[in-house]
Amino acid sequence: MVDMNNLNSILLDVLKELGNIGSGNAATALATMIDKKVDMRVPQVKILEFKDVGEILGDSETPVVGIYFKMSDEIEGNIMFVLDIDSALNLTNMLFGRSNSKNELDEMDMSALSEVGNILSASYINSLSALTGLKLKLSVPSICVDMAAAILSVPAVQFGHIGEHVIFIETQFEEDDRLITGDLFLIPEVDSFEKILSSLGVVG
Amino acid sequence: MEIVKVGMADFKVIKSTGILTTLGLGSCVGIALYDRINKVAGLAHIMLPSSTEIKNNSNKAKFADTAIQELVKEMILLGANKKYITAKLAGGSQMFSFDSNTDILRIGERNTLASKKKLQELDVPIVAEDTGGNYGRTIELNSQDGNLLIKTIGHGVKNI
Repeated sequence: MVDMNNLNSILLDVLKELGNIGSGNAATALATMIDKKVDMRVPQVKILEFKDVGEILGDSETPVVGIYFKMSDEIEGNIMFVLDIDSALNLTNMLFGRSNSKNELDEMDMSALSEVGNILSASYINSLSALTGLKLKLSVPSICVDMAAAILSVPAVQFGHIGEHVIFIETQFEEDDRLITGDLFLIPEVDSFEKILSSLGVVG
Repeated sequence: MEIVKVGMADFKVIKSTGILTTLGLGSCVGIALYDRINKVAGLAHIMLPSSTEIKNNSNKAKFADTAIQELVKEMILLGANKKYITAKLAGGSQMFSFDSNTDILRIGERNTLASKKKLQELDVPIVAEDTGGNYGRTIELNSQDGNLLIKTIGHGVKNI
């Protein structure tokens, strides 16, 4: 059993590397979609106490867009793509080729953002699946615009069933001129963590 | 006035004057208890309905059943009288929806029901409630008058 409160540095490196490869693919997909250069920051593996979850993206009450997916089959868990509102607007303006920037997300924008989330998450988990040899399925996206803390509480609650900490593998994307920043969180369930690690020959 | 933050899976008690706040409640439930006579306030931010369904249940603040019990105890230690304590509830929403109605996604509703059940068991009357929906809430419990301020994005501000 992997002790989530005592992950050693090798395990953290492995998780970080998984995030690296997965989000590298996702960054390429995003760059193709918007036809711009997209930078990716080195993924962070964050192990947090529940009480600190709200602040992971800065201010707990900042409105953000969350696009949430369930992973199932041989790896269970969630993937969430989170964008701040300005980034979401910039992204949809780019996707729809609008020159007059809007300041509110409409239904069409939400639908486009869901699709972007879908493509990013799918490219992320494809590399996870290729790397581990474990089968993975992704649910349809569900999108929500609300306070950062409320959105991040959803995956945190799932960790609540098994322990006292939350593990996020977080990657930040940046479009060339920093008009879009987004975070992609991979949130595997604990049993799946073990499967991923043993499939890579790290434990077990 | 002093503002005391209550994080996820956490609870705090204060005696007048001060404000207890929890930011961005989603499917979690905020249980605001107040003794109007002794002006003792307590706020819990619970994540899950029941400590008995789970092996790893050492954090009492995480579950509706154990958190409410502890909160009442702490309030009494701070000078509250059990018979004056009343409750207000907020949160318990469903932020994301999928076609399948799995337990995990109904967690907000289950958290609300479990909180009500525990309060009933302890004979603490619920005097106001703002639960459900699909949006987040920031809440502030004022220990001077027991008012619970609820702020949302796009669903207004109210005082219950």
